[in-house]
Amino acid sequence: MKVLLSWLREFAPFEGDPVALGNTMSSLGMAVEDLVHVGANLDGIVVARVLELRAHPSADRIQIVDVDRGDGNALQICCGAFNMAVGDLVPLATLGTTMADGRTIERRKLRGEWSNGMLCSARELDLSDDADGIMILDPHLTPGTPLADALGVVHDVLYDLDLTGNRPDALSVAGVARDLAAQLGLPFAIADPVAAERGTPITDRAGVTIVDTDACGRFTARILDNVRIEPSPPHIANRLTLCGMRPINNVVDISNYVMLELGQPNHTFDLHKLANGSTAPGIRVRRARSGERIVTLDDVERELTADDLLICDQDDRPVGIAGVMGGANTEIDDTTTSVLLEMAWFEPGGVAATARRLGLRSEASLRFERGTDYEHLELCARRFAELLAPSGFTLAPGVIDARGQLPRRAPVRVRPAKVNALLGTSLSGAEMRALLEPIGFACTDAAAATDAFDVVVPTFRPDTSTEADVAEEVARHYGYDRIVATVPSAPRSGALTVRQQRRRRVRHLLADLGCTEAMPMPFLAPGDLERAGLDGGGLVITNPLAAEESVLRTSLRPGLLRSIAHNESHRRRGVALFEIGRVYAPGAAGDALPHEHERVSVIMAGRDATAAVDVLAEMCSWTATSFTLEASEPKGLHPTRSALVQIDGVLLGEVGEVHPAVLERYGIAGRAAWLDLDLDGLLDQAAAAVRGYAPVSRFPSSDIDLAFEVDEAVPVDELLSVLRSAGGELLVDLWLFDIFRGAPVAAGRRSLAFTLRLQATDRTLTDDEVAVVRGRCIDAVHGALPARLRA
Amino acid sequence: MNLDIDDLRRRATDAVTAAATLEELQALRGELLGKRSALAEAKRGLGALGPDERKQWGQRVNDALRDVESILDARRVELAQAALDAQLRAERLDLTERIGRSRRGHLHLVTQTWELLEDVFVGLGFRVAEGPEIETDWHNFEALNMPPGHPARGMWDTLYVEWGPPGSTVLRTHTSPVQARVMLEHEPPIYIVAPGRVFRRDTADATHMPVFHQIEGLVIDKGITFGDLAGTIQAFTRAYFGGDFDSRLRPSYFPFTEPSAEFDIQRPDGSWLELGGCGMVHPNVLRAVNIDPDEWSGFAFGFGIDRLALMRYGVDDLREFFTNDIRFLEQF
Repeated sequence: MKVLLSWLREFAPFEGDPVALGNTMSSLGMAVEDLVHVGANLDGIVVARVLELRAHPSADRIQIVDVDRGDGNALQICCGAFNMAVGDLVPLATLGTTMADGRTIERRKLRGEWSNGMLCSARELDLSDDADGIMILDPHLTPGTPLADALGVVHDVLYDLDLTGNRPDALSVAGVARDLAAQLGLPFAIADPVAAERGTPITDRAGVTIVDTDACGRFTARILDNVRIEPSPPHIANRLTLCGMRPINNVVDISNYVMLELGQPNHTFDLHKLANGSTAPGIRVRRARSGERIVTLDDVERELTADDLLICDQDDRPVGIAGVMGGANTEIDDTTTSVLLEMAWFEPGGVAATARRLGLRSEASLRFERGTDYEHLELCARRFAELLAPSGFTLAPGVIDARGQLPRRAPVRVRPAKVNALLGTSLSGAEMRALLEPIGFACTDAAAATDAFDVVVPTFRPDTSTEADVAEEVARHYGYDRIVATVPSAPRSGALTVRQQRRRRVRHLLADLGCTEAMPMPFLAPGDLERAGLDGGGLVITNPLAAEESVLRTSLRPGLLRSIAHNESHRRRGVALFEIGRVYAPGAAGDALPHEHERVSVIMAGRDATAAVDVLAEMCSWTATSFTLEASEPKGLHPTRSALVQIDGVLLGEVGEVHPAVLERYGIAGRAAWLDLDLDGLLDQAAAAVRGYAPVSRFPSSDIDLAFEVDEAVPVDELLSVLRSAGGELLVDLWLFDIFRGAPVAAGRRSLAFTLRLQATDRTLTDDEVAVVRGRCIDAVHGALPARLRA
Repeated sequence: MNLDIDDLRRRATDAVTAAATLEELQALRGELLGKRSALAEAKRGLGALGPDERKQWGQRVNDALRDVESILDARRVELAQAALDAQLRAERLDLTERIGRSRRGHLHLVTQTWELLEDVFVGLGFRVAEGPEIETDWHNFEALNMPPGHPARGMWDTLYVEWGPPGSTVLRTHTSPVQARVMLEHEPPIYIVAPGRVFRRDTADATHMPVFHQIEGLVIDKGITFGDLAGTIQAFTRAYFGGDFDSRLRPSYFPFTEPSAEFDIQRPDGSWLELGGCGMVHPNVLRAVNIDPDEWSGFAFGFGIDRLALMRYGVDDLREFFTNDIRFLEQF
């Protein structure tokens, strides 16, 4: 909300540095987002009348203008704009004036002609962004008047406040001033104007009925007759403009002015339009019927639901949506002479729901939503009358004051010891009361012999209803920064759980292995799962912002494929990415929440399936688990280059290559290795695994190399497994060191060469012992597999 | 004995000096000291001499043998050094002649920041708690003092998941529901942080994403005060940003804390930066999880991880974090 310093000063005598004042506002929770000096650059600018326009003898883009600056003499100015006519009033920067941009106006010659000042655009005066030609002023002004006076612009400071939802009182100039004055120890008062009344009492002319009393707690009405609709005086129009509201006419502007000043949204009806021919105009406040329609002030027809609250006339015709927007049928216009002024209190939740549903959140609805003060309605009406007085009107005697249900508010019992325990302060009850009284919190002694006290919270602070709320007020006005900072000591040491440490290690291991961590969005478009070769059926977001973000992933695959495709499209091929993230799937019917678990997936562009198996092997090696591959054709993976992964006997994922058809859909060329594991499962298996210890032998080892010609259908793993069991405990290491295809090896077979390292812990092996193991290994392979030792 | 020892020594020295390679030198060693060499023969002939002569000649032959040997050794050292020098010169390698890019992978910038934050809070005595990303409306709002229809729910643009009764299941809008879960599962005292992914119904731009990351802190213990909150925020600020950073609390509003505050960080240059929200846990929140607010009190705080990650390297567009462009990721 925007607040002017001059306006604040109407409530309390604020002095001193405006920046320091702004800091005080921030420290009270009314954060100053922006502080702007306004109206500062009009010194030396006066109103001048155009007397004559002449062509410049030697320049096309300049004309010569004679103006009268109030002394009746013609003053020659050279001017580059051509939008004014003889008789217009324009702003003149007189000689010696310093402009907003820093230059000083001096008498000078332009192409041989004297210029004795400068005519200004609104932009040059910092009054608006309009740089199109010279600013043409209101023709009623008097030449020679300082422009600041003519426009009602005074040097002022405009604060832009970022307010929190619990401070409806601060949505008004008076409320900000009250809080600030309390903090600074300054006297604060809201004047209560007296309004002269004349004519027939309002109660004899109109009536108000609240039908739905739960939605409207109070509705007061006053009638103003003989109203003249005209532009607002400059100081009102100017304040509204600076605070972000467009001036329209005196009645509408004053309605807005009262709202900004006192925080009370209000509405004005054209009384004749409201009466609609009836001699007994009236207001009925009731809920709308479902499907009922009203054309609002913005000329849009709105359809309502039974939750919306309507203001209707005596014939039950809707004339406004309560707290949100008035109806076009009773709008104030230039012909309006009698006005019915509404000051009301509506239930906040209802206004919020209606405003949100209709997309009509306004300054008025914002205030009603946060909770307005139901006690100051009559004062606000009198203030309205006071402000409109210069335009002339007669105020009908009396007020209609219809009541519904208002919030019940009990006093709050405050125990200073409890407040101190919460804040870490040591304030006495009296000190707390001294902080609370100036913001309108009336304190009275509670039970005898304690320093507890009861607080009657003012009606403009609907947010405050508990002891903790009052404690916050104490802290706010005591000063958050004065509360001594202490550090509590945790009874246990801080630590990551073993599981959290292992998950971190998985991440770091994958990065060590050359994979980079990706973080795609977990939202998918419908069909994305299928596109990645997976089953559909992801959970659906009820209210997505876009269809492309309406499905929750059941796999990390679509996001990683998209990331690879993105990189390939930027000529970064061969990228290896991994992600650790949650995936979601519908749970069992009746579960409180859908199923959600963490997975780890790796994709390596340009690599074949063995690269993914290498990563798997490293992960298992690190977790002291072991994996087996189960022949299978997982969905969306290459049917002859993929397998399911079991880790220590538990099925936990898949490994291989992404199906070429899937890659093609994503525009990814070449192969892509793929690994996907249930991270929860992997960490469970890691937790269960026992890492044994094999003593390191001090005796020399012997290596045997064996090459077998093996059918392509036989996995290397099977050979390794046969060799390992045949090797027995002397076999301490075993690895594949060569793969060979082609003559003399028969087609459909390949040669696999292994090194077996033999070693004992207690002796040097003899040649005979080595030969025995060698023979046993060869026999075992020949016996178990379609493989033949190569000579 | 008919042997000109001096001549022999002279010729040996000339030959050794002339040897150009270790192989030549090796051959020469055979010639000069081998079984058939003049000195070896002379040594064999000593036995035929009388005692005086044998003593005299023996001394001379041994001296000669030692001299030749030392000449040979010296030359061998010389030649070996020369050979090594030649080899080393021949092995010259251009150390910048490398093929290929860096092969290490990179952790995401958000992860790096996340882990650093966890480490800082672990150092301050906190444990790390986790909770589901899809949450019940109860945990996300109601337990946090926001019953259905509460106006403050409007502070978060919520994404709902089609699960259970309409409106009952949300993508958590903040990490605060972890507070409720931890308090339901554990007896106080509680000292936890809960980093995690959160969701908002927001259009992606340079500073907003519908998916981002927060870290939440919660302390529940006896006698915890607002001063403890201020001190913890200050301790975190110093530990994470550095000893020359400062923090302050400003009044604010959150439905689940009372009093509530924003916390700002002051950079060494004096400028302030809004970092997050915090406050004393609202008595209604404690009651919702069956903790007696007259016995226990506590504070909570929360702030964005992504924003800290942005700041650490001056990244100016949050969307970079989620496009997974390797050219971005490999910079960290």
